[in-house]
Amino acid sequence: MIAIIDYGVGNLFSLQSSCKYIGQEAVVTADPALIEAADQIILPGVGAYEDAAKKLRESGMADIVTAQAKAGKPLMGICLGMQLLLEKSYEYGEHEGLGLIKGNVVPIKGVAPDSYKIPHIGWNALEFRGRAAEGAEPLFKYIKEGDHVYFVHSYYAADCADSTIAVTEYGAELTAAVADGNVYGCQFHPEKSGAVGLKILQAFCEL
Amino acid sequence: MITKRIIPCLDVKDGRVVKGTKFKDLNDVSSPVELAKFYTDAGADELVFYDITASSDGRKLFTEILTETASNVFIPLTVGGGISTIEDFDRVLKCGADKVSVNSGAIRNPSIIGEAARLYGDQCVVLSVDVSLIDGVYRVFAKGARENTGMEAIDWIKRCVDAGAGEVVVNSIDTDGVKQGFDIPLLKAVCDAVNVPVIASGGAGCIEDFIELFTEIPDIDAGLAASIFHFKEVEIADLKEAMAKAGIPARR
Repeated sequence: MIAIIDYGVGNLFSLQSSCKYIGQEAVVTADPALIEAADQIILPGVGAYEDAAKKLRESGMADIVTAQAKAGKPLMGICLGMQLLLEKSYEYGEHEGLGLIKGNVVPIKGVAPDSYKIPHIGWNALEFRGRAAEGAEPLFKYIKEGDHVYFVHSYYAADCADSTIAVTEYGAELTAAVADGNVYGCQFHPEKSGAVGLKILQAFCEL
Repeated sequence: MITKRIIPCLDVKDGRVVKGTKFKDLNDVSSPVELAKFYTDAGADELVFYDITASSDGRKLFTEILTETASNVFIPLTVGGGISTIEDFDRVLKCGADKVSVNSGAIRNPSIIGEAARLYGDQCVVLSVDVSLIDGVYRVFAKGARENTGMEAIDWIKRCVDAGAGEVVVNSIDTDGVKQGFDIPLLKAVCDAVNVPVIASGGAGCIEDFIELFTEIPDIDAGLAASIFHFKEVEIADLKEAMAKAGIPARR
């Protein structure tokens, strides 16, 4: 069973539907007992970083998710959920993340040329890095380099160093996915990335 | 490199796709769910559902159809038609829509764009605008392209983007249904005026029309069409192949 963390951020209909579609039981929950019983955890998120980080802490979910991740349970953050796993965000100020993965959240505007539209919206190709480039990334076992996934974001994860497992090109190299041990993050939306996205979710469920 | 999007549009009335289709391989050619699945498998990058129902019964049916679609199709879904209030945004987003397109509703009440953008984010708010060239000036039309509002189109689009519209669908009344190609001068003018994604609509009759669109306007993000896809005059797989051959980035 997959626990999709419910902390009052965003619309989880598609994410839950996509898990069901690939035959996985998925519950949207803030119940610590259910999260502890889950085989995998997904941390979703859309919207503003500061607000989401606050809700994550105030709901008690930050501590539970961190403890579960440190105990070795597969965890995947999606979009803003991925950014929350990093150390810091510079979205309208400076905000602390969970620090489960190395990296900082910064505006795309600073790195992509001015002619590039912000947000980065649409289908873009994955280029593998790190353990994925070596063919050793279980999350990508059902997909191939160059496959397209769907992005919607104005900020991206920088300074992820060895944690980067995929990037995408948007006038600059933007981090598309990160991993550190059992903790994963996808900047793109697997639940909106068609067959490729479902394959990534499938692989995550098999971790 | 980000790819150029191809978007089929489905007009839905009383739970059925209005324009007939020639899909022999589908069990139910006017089922929005079946068609959405078909287009997703064929390589559509996104889908637009346009609710042209007037009755409240029909509207309820539409949200049921939307829920079923979003439970079976995992590409971005935009919903439009009859969106006038925040409650309308809320209703379709809860059923699995990713973006909401507002047209006449924004003309009647322009503040809806800013309100929705603050609640759901810019990326969720799509401005749809029907435009016609009248005496040398692009004008905004309302009520299903029947009524000239007198508003200057580029100015209106800029105002809506400033207020929080994260994407613009430009429907050219002058090229719509003519099948002689997209309205390149209008679309160029819009792309020059705003820095959010612009989706071209109205006029596509063949694959070459899409190639012309993306070649003439490198800044355009997507091409939208309805009947040419429904009637299989253009197959999405063939279109994507032609785009790739022409050096236009396409998801395949």
